[in-house]
Amino acid sequence: MTGRGVVWLGSPPFPKAAREALKDGRLRANLKRATTTIRDKRLAVASELDDWEALRESAAAIKRRAARHLDRYLLQLEESVTAAGGTVHWAADADEANRIVTGLVSATGEREVVKVKSMATQEIGLNEHLAEAGITAYETDLAELIVQLGDDRPSHILVPAIHKNRGEIRDLFAAEMGSWGRPAPEGLTDEPAALAEAARLHLREKFLSAKVAVSGANFACADTGTVAVVESEGNGRMCLTLPDTLITVMGIEKVLPAFTDLEVFLQLLPRSSTGERMNPYTSLWTGTTPGDGPQAFHLVLLDNGRTDTLADEVGRQALACIRCSACLNVCPVYERTGGHAYGSVYPGPIGAVLTPQLVGIEQTASLPFASTLCGACYDACPVKINIPEVLTHLRAEAVAAKGRSAEALAMKAAAAVLDSPRLLGAAQKAAALGGRALARGGHIGRLPGPLHGWSDSRDTPAPAAESFRTWWRKNRENR
Amino acid sequence: MTGRETVLARIRAALADVPSEERPDDVPVPRDYHRSHTGPGQDTVALFAERVADYRATVTRTDRAGLRDAIAAALTRHGARRLALPSGFPDELLPSGGWEWHAEPLGVPALDGLDGAITLACAGIAITGTIVLDTGPGQGRRALTLVPDYHLCIVGAELIADDIPEALARLDPTRPLTFVSGPSATSDIELDRVEGVHGPRTLDVIIVDPGISPQS
Repeated sequence: MTGRGVVWLGSPPFPKAAREALKDGRLRANLKRATTTIRDKRLAVASELDDWEALRESAAAIKRRAARHLDRYLLQLEESVTAAGGTVHWAADADEANRIVTGLVSATGEREVVKVKSMATQEIGLNEHLAEAGITAYETDLAELIVQLGDDRPSHILVPAIHKNRGEIRDLFAAEMGSWGRPAPEGLTDEPAALAEAARLHLREKFLSAKVAVSGANFACADTGTVAVVESEGNGRMCLTLPDTLITVMGIEKVLPAFTDLEVFLQLLPRSSTGERMNPYTSLWTGTTPGDGPQAFHLVLLDNGRTDTLADEVGRQALACIRCSACLNVCPVYERTGGHAYGSVYPGPIGAVLTPQLVGIEQTASLPFASTLCGACYDACPVKINIPEVLTHLRAEAVAAKGRSAEALAMKAAAAVLDSPRLLGAAQKAAALGGRALARGGHIGRLPGPLHGWSDSRDTPAPAAESFRTWWRKNRENR
Repeated sequence: MTGRETVLARIRAALADVPSEERPDDVPVPRDYHRSHTGPGQDTVALFAERVADYRATVTRTDRAGLRDAIAAALTRHGARRLALPSGFPDELLPSGGWEWHAEPLGVPALDGLDGAITLACAGIAITGTIVLDTGPGQGRRALTLVPDYHLCIVGAELIADDIPEALARLDPTRPLTFVSGPSATSDIELDRVEGVHGPRTLDVIIVDPGISPQS
């Protein structure tokens, strides 16, 4: 089985999970405030660059070149990293990656590792696997710390604790920090600065004593072997610099052909992600450097379903994703349901196209439908992934996998009606009569019979007395 | 099969649609973006100063004659007394007074006991307000500018590149590179920006024009 670990086993399908999430008023308020803030910041800094579209075109093309010649670039990367003093490992799936990392940590004799926020290690469930081997992994990104202390799940790619507000975080720190290390200070307030200070104090002893770190990677350059981690808090620098051993787990799609390609991505990523001209810290390292930083560097190249995605000529563009999360922040569905409803490490629009491809459409058939196809995600994507195109492609696959469901039949009937002006006219007339009979105050509350599934979480406007086509024929056509 | 053989075989099978004669360069990569976003005749150094300050770092501009005093003023303002000193930092720039200069090599516990670090930089980037460190002379090992809570960085005006492409072209990828844009920060709580988490909570930048060379 490929793609193990991407989805949370036992998660309900999206429609059920979304319905639950929508009942949570506090969650909706947290999400709306957060996504509105970041959307505005992103727009402001992206519009500072008048060649934004050219940068996007270039980024998409670089990723396309890398994907179409992925074997060659990975081999080149392996050669460059090895020549610079690193060791490259290949993992076909999550189990293999977990075994490799656990073996590397065990070989050092250490029982603790510090971690930089990493989607790839989330995806493979590395922390749980290490725990089974008696190794404790400490998440050091503030939001990941919040998620770990709360025994919670991340709900956003960039800000995994976006579903929690400051009061909830204060209570969590006060209750849980003590059982992981240094307790929260007495009288901790819910001011973000005070909470960040509590995290600084809590993690400092871990950073200063850690011998092994595990990270992800934002980019790796095939020609030089240079690996990049883009971050804000300095926890990344701590993990990448202070320990003796560094283990980086990287999806195979992260490879870039050349070091100079970073000139495109270092412009696009921070502006799309946190809405800054540049994030506070970007670390680039090439193998090992005598006398500075970890003296042992391991790079684990992870497949885990990526080659299945690569095999799909429409779907492979999703592998260009640089995990900026701009698509989450602009998505009307994400803004209302939050990330947990997607049941995957990768939520939001990119998750709706990536998750089904990584784990198989059968397990995640509802995800490609978790979208209105409004296209805001495509507009926001810095590498121009046509998410609506992939979504409709996957919808067709999901419907085909499901066989002749009621929905498939309904879609087929709808296609026949929409194809025939005569049938459409008749249907609209029937809907006008029937719908207006049901409506109260211009809205239909609960639909009758099996249709109530539609109306339970939304109101349906009453159909107009006459269709636009009828109105047009009467009023405009012969002028 | 090893993991390596499995992954490579899967990739090749997945790319069955790519013609075998296609070379990477056959996949067109348009590069129609600007090499720089600075305007014609724009004062790059002024722009750099403005953009660094946008991150709530303190920026001072001076000439060589004023540099020692500018350093003393920054250290006094911040109350930093015990400072990490990278090898290759020019001695003649160190102000006299009640400061303790701790020369490399410095272990992590020693660095943790200091108030701050003073370094040079290898490049600046005007458009993004970024300083770049490559661990060269006068810059120290990476830990030196990370563990202490205060970083005073001196950037020579001629090292400031207009934009990211120009800066990257000047850098040596075989060295460990750190791009610093303001003090450490987080937006993880309600996307409210807080300056100062694990990296130095205060960043002071002094731009010196003309620049200074590290000590050999």
